[in-house]
Amino acid sequence: MERVNLTMMKSGDRGTVTEINGGQRVKARLGALGIRPGAKITKKSSQLLRGPVTIGMGNTQAAIGFGMAKKIIVDLEQ
Amino acid sequence: MKKILLMGNPNVGKSVIFSRLTGVRVIASNYPGTTVGYTRGTMKLSGEKAEVVDVPGTYSLNPTCKAEEVAVEMCGDGDLVINVVDATNLERNLNLTLQLLKKDVPMVVALNMWDEAKHIGVTIDENKLEHLLGVPVVPTVAVTGEGIKDLVQQLPQARPGRLTYDDEERWHEIGRIVEQVQQVTHRHHTFLERLGDASINPISGIPIALVALGVTFSIIRFLGEGLIGYIFEPIFENMWAPLMMKLSAILGSGGFLHDILIGKLVAGEIDFVESMGLLTTGLFVPLAMVLPYVFAFYLILSFLEDSGYLPRLAILVDNIMHRIGLHGLAIIPMLLGLGCNVPGAMSTRILETRKERFISTTLMAICVPCAAQLAMIVGLVGRAGVRGLIQVFGTLALVWITLGYLLNRLIRGESPEIFVEIPPYRLPYLAGLSKKMWMRVSRFLREAIPFVILGVLIVNVLYTLKVIDFVGKITAPVITGILGLPREAVAALMVGFLRKDVAVGMLSPLGLDFNQLVVASVVLAMYFPCVATFVVMAKELGLRDMVLSMMIMIAATLVVGGVLNWLL
Ligand SMILES: Nc1nc2c(ncn2[C@@H]2O[C@H](COP(=O)(O)OP(=O)(O)OP(=O)(O)O)[C@@H](O)[C@H]2O)c(=O)[nH]1
Ligand SMILES: [Mg+2]
Repeated sequence: MERVNLTMMKSGDRGTVTEINGGQRVKARLGALGIRPGAKITKKSSQLLRGPVTIGMGNTQAAIGFGMAKKIIVDLEQ
Repeated sequence: MKKILLMGNPNVGKSVIFSRLTGVRVIASNYPGTTVGYTRGTMKLSGEKAEVVDVPGTYSLNPTCKAEEVAVEMCGDGDLVINVVDATNLERNLNLTLQLLKKDVPMVVALNMWDEAKHIGVTIDENKLEHLLGVPVVPTVAVTGEGIKDLVQQLPQARPGRLTYDDEERWHEIGRIVEQVQQVTHRHHTFLERLGDASINPISGIPIALVALGVTFSIIRFLGEGLIGYIFEPIFENMWAPLMMKLSAILGSGGFLHDILIGKLVAGEIDFVESMGLLTTGLFVPLAMVLPYVFAFYLILSFLEDSGYLPRLAILVDNIMHRIGLHGLAIIPMLLGLGCNVPGAMSTRILETRKERFISTTLMAICVPCAAQLAMIVGLVGRAGVRGLIQVFGTLALVWITLGYLLNRLIRGESPEIFVEIPPYRLPYLAGLSKKMWMRVSRFLREAIPFVILGVLIVNVLYTLKVIDFVGKITAPVITGILGLPREAVAALMVGFLRKDVAVGMLSPLGLDFNQLVVASVVLAMYFPCVATFVVMAKELGLRDMVLSMMIMIAATLVVGGVLNWLL
């Protein structure tokens, strides 16, 4: 299984969040929307020039700034 | 009186439910962070009057922005909580529900967006959910009113939940509940979903944004010019003018009362822009010059808000916004500010830090003219050609980006990254859209007409008392020396504190040349907010930051006005 951060995923890739590589505050903010270890996500798109990354999670979609997205570690689904 | 709080995640329909329960109109839009302060209303609960509060949305009880802080502070003093839950996102929404249950207040859950849940193949067993949570659960469709009656009937049964769990185990517990109550059937992607994906993919998203911008401009222009040219101007010219000429004759074509009511006749005729009478200019400016554009602008803005496009636009502009110390969501205060700077300043509460709120409020107040002012600039400068409009708005845009860049360097503090939920595209409900239009347009009329008339009255009084002569003399070094405008332009600047649209209109009789008109329009847009915006800014920023913001404003105006005068 391949382990990458969210910015390295390609649009359409699916995976499971394994770890949030950040402090309490980042964890709390992401966690409030359900982005936490164990969550299944799909990458939707990314903007040019290190812009925000968009993910889908159930029926929720969210945009996450590049720096924050780098802290989200995902196990890719084959 | 009992206090009922409407709490839930952002964008789940709390404000629509609030309107249904209380009959009080509030703005509801399809993006998280529409409500940033609280609104109160009342309803009957078991025969007694109870207070209902519409609260900003929050994802958890640990706030991350000012709007969420308001929500969490409110949370302490409710006697009853209606927890509004988005049925299409049960798992995420239960996170807040479980936190609220720990507060031990009587609660009822409204499972809203029930129609959409059905539509996308999500079924929830509400009885089982009710059993597991230990509080009444009622499915609702806020926009059509379905289930609202049940909700009201269930309110007396509200009770503290009986669910107990360990905080560490919360998501685990949520997973367990969702597994028991929810069933998802597979389904195909809809057209709106595909459009949603296309508008956040940069390759298709940027062209879509440009087309949307182009269409927006064309519709506003078409509607605005059409309403003015075919409806409002003919009414004033053909019906109102003859009436006013009769009144003018009765008043003896001159004298104090005549000048106040009708104003100065220009070549023996009433000139609705220049005469400056209460019944002429005082009515013509708000109704025939500004209202059509305000109407057109709000029609488009409301449509964009309800469709769900704004958060997508925020993602596309995120990169540019980072250069000025903000992130993409700051486009929302700017857009709302184009309608009226007051809600614009309020909506900066969706931003996380003081630095962001300071920069966005200051930039909006300086560089974003409101619809009323825009309409007047289009009316006056546009008459002399499109070049002037490009110069005015080009300058403001350039100042926006330059000043933003500087402020980002100078203001200390953090500029966090964007993190926002993107709602699905929704087809705006006609009923909701027209309600919102009515709210905004009637609010404009209620505020504009009295203030414009007051502005016109003050102009007359100040002229009569020779105050304007006096202030003109004192300020001549700045007004004439730096900005290259005639002394009398100071009158427009003075009235601009009150109402910017009247102020722009006052430039008309001054006989400015084309370049002076451009300089004056830019200066009027930048130099100071109108009194209503001033009050809200002071409240939102606090005294110290407000003073700082004002100083930046005045300095920027002098520099930009001076340079423009020198260049043109
Ligand atoms: N289809 C459908 N749409 C709904 C329903 N309830 C609300 N909406 C729409 O969802 C959007 C959000 O509604 P609001 O009432 O503004 O949501 P809110 O919870 O007050 O949002 P914030 O103030 O941002 O926290 C609006 O565009 C509504 O028209 C519903 O039951 N079904
Ligand atoms: Mg709301």
